Amino acid sequence: MTLNGWMQIALYCAVVLALVKPLGLYMTRVFNGERNLLSPVLAPIERGLYRVSGIDARQEQTWLGYAGAMVVFNVAGFVLLYAILRLQAVLPLNPADQAAVAPDLAFNTSTSFVTNTNWQSYGGETTLSYLSQMLGLTHQNFVSAASGIAVAVALIRGFARASTRTLGSFWVDMTRATLYVLLPLCVLIALFLVSQGMPQTLQPYIEATTLEGAKQTIAVGPVASQVAIKMLGTNGGGFFNANAAHPFENPTALSNFVQIVSIFALGAALTNVFGRMVGDERQGWAILAAMGLLFVVGVAVTYWAEANAHGVLSNLGLTGGNMEGKEVRFGIAASALFAVITTAASCGAVNAMHDSFTALGGLIPLLNMQLGEVIIGGVGAGLYGMLIFVVVAIFVAGLMVGRTPEYLGKKIEAKEVKMAMLGILCLPLMMLGFTALATVVPAGLAGPANAGPHGFSEILYAYTSAAANNGSAFGGLTANTLFYNTTLAIGMLVGRFFVKIPVLAIAGSLAAKKRVPASAGTFPTHGGLFIGLLVGVVLIMGGLTFFPSLALGPVVEHLAGAAGQTFATGG
Amino acid sequence: MLNQLRPALVLLIAMTAVTGLAYPLAITGIAGAVLPARAAGSLIERDGKVVGSSLIGQSFTGAGYFHGRPSATTAADPADAAKAVPAPYNAANSAGSNLGPTSAALAERVKGELDTLKAENPNQPVPVDLVTTSGSGLDPDVSPEAALFQVPRVARARNLPEDKLRELVTSRVEGRTLGLLGEPRVNVLALNLALDDLAKR
Repeated sequence: MTLNGWMQIALYCAVVLALVKPLGLYMTRVFNGERNLLSPVLAPIERGLYRVSGIDARQEQTWLGYAGAMVVFNVAGFVLLYAILRLQAVLPLNPADQAAVAPDLAFNTSTSFVTNTNWQSYGGETTLSYLSQMLGLTHQNFVSAASGIAVAVALIRGFARASTRTLGSFWVDMTRATLYVLLPLCVLIALFLVSQGMPQTLQPYIEATTLEGAKQTIAVGPVASQVAIKMLGTNGGGFFNANAAHPFENPTALSNFVQIVSIFALGAALTNVFGRMVGDERQGWAILAAMGLLFVVGVAVTYWAEANAHGVLSNLGLTGGNMEGKEVRFGIAASALFAVITTAASCGAVNAMHDSFTALGGLIPLLNMQLGEVIIGGVGAGLYGMLIFVVVAIFVAGLMVGRTPEYLGKKIEAKEVKMAMLGILCLPLMMLGFTALATVVPAGLAGPANAGPHGFSEILYAYTSAAANNGSAFGGLTANTLFYNTTLAIGMLVGRFFVKIPVLAIAGSLAAKKRVPASAGTFPTHGGLFIGLLVGVVLIMGGLTFFPSLALGPVVEHLAGAAGQTFATGG
Repeated sequence: MLNQLRPALVLLIAMTAVTGLAYPLAITGIAGAVLPARAAGSLIERDGKVVGSSLIGQSFTGAGYFHGRPSATTAADPADAAKAVPAPYNAANSAGSNLGPTSAALAERVKGELDTLKAENPNQPVPVDLVTTSGSGLDPDVSPEAALFQVPRVARARNLPEDKLRELVTSRVEGRTLGLLGEPRVNVLALNLALDDLAKR
């Protein structure tokens, strides 16, 4: 570990923190329907969209109406994306002559993008046409992120409102998230990324003759426009196979920095939107503090682990950290930082291959996802995920003192706790259930590329990533098979909608409640005690649920590696 | 639910047009007009022919060139398209090795690379980036130490004084961005082009 490495990490945290308030204020205005900086340009477009779609912007929805609209919209998006992928061979903008995407891969990829997972069973430059990348993936990157933000805003309204049945309109929230928040920021980010060397072209792949006279085909494409939203919307599905490790998808240290800031920017700012909408910004800061605490510890562990070369390298006398699977322009610090950010948020982009991380360096990304990606988290998903844990934490605190738990003046009762537990428990069911299945059936055992405990980690990581809607991978796993494409897609669907729908149910139930005035016995939810309680609940729930699986994978591997053991495939 | 169908379908199509066509095409237009070279992939031409991209590494095997890092990229086997064969720096199929920290295959591969490099230059410790594959398999850079490590071999093959080559490498080192971000590095293709120019003089 170097001083420079820590300074890069510190600068990152400072920049993200500095963006929280301005972005939070702007987004609050957008979702309250107030005039803002961009209204003169975008309001006419927004009104036009409502007019052609037959949407009355003032008509609000109950939680069921909101959830129904979201589901219908996502199903329609899935069908459209599936059709584009299956038909890409006969559609235009296919200079590399990519064939139609196979049915199971198209199913997996469509599910993956609609659920904001962006798992890469596909290999960007070897599977997809430019049209599929733009019309299919770039578009879904926008609207799946906007759906996540919309659900978070609806939940915030549940806390902020009292004695009402409605939570706002899904159509309006989704449209505003796309038009006012995602699109303008993406235009700026995309152009900046091109200035760093990221291609943005519809020309075919380039044929070069190398200095030694060999032929080299260089894949290009409309990369920057997709990468901007891939990061800002915490989608993470790469234009290229190697994702943000590819020099065209992340050309410089500066493009890397802007990309990781984009991953956290909106998720962090949403905590401020929460604070503003419930009328007490401190509530937002308290949640951000709990997230920040978990984040910094994760970064420290991963950076420490990667800065020390693992057994295979150090036994051969090599020093300088674990550079297998990492790029020279980023080095150890920026790669470790990226890995923790991308799994804390539900991004899943990678600038280094997590599969080649040290055992403990790879454990943190895995654990981040198992905790439910509540450390900043996906845009919207992170905030509503953390608010589920808040409900549980408040409930636990209530049990300890024997008082009806309340949060922001709302009584937390059986219905909210049940729904919160449903949202929390569906994740381990998918992650651990499918991992257990894959480790006993031949189709599952055919997947891992590494032998020994690392092979188990590859499977565990895949289902964890799918259910948590992350999308990063221990990439050695051969996941483009009927078995993995199908089971992973089921994991993604359950992980997305069996969290989102209970969250909306909680929102509806909270909005209907009366506000209880704060009294001397009210537990303050903006102080250190609450932050500690929240962090504790997240860690205890995660630890109890997942420690055995981590023990079988990364922990055993760490101990075996420290004893100098290696594992050969086929042996 | 049925009354949600019209907003869902119309909004989906409208959003597809805005975010899936208008936005990427607008960025393509602006980028092509303002930053044409970068938008096209930062290509390098010599004598009117494209020799590569300044951002994409390429395979160097001759003793007279500086080498990049090992690359784990593959290509379809010409004999059997279902199989993959090693094809270092295949810029149409980026990939890392995905070998984990207790992989016997990794240990064997690194040892092989290490023995070759030690035979070439027994006097210096081998920099770790010269025996590890990059995440993309297309890393255009090596660390300054890795470039300097290769100076004796290149000097022998080119019949050039080592001092001159060391000077060349040092002049090609790119520092951290703003003195803070990323790591110092040397672009291998740019270094080799400069080396060819030096040899011609």
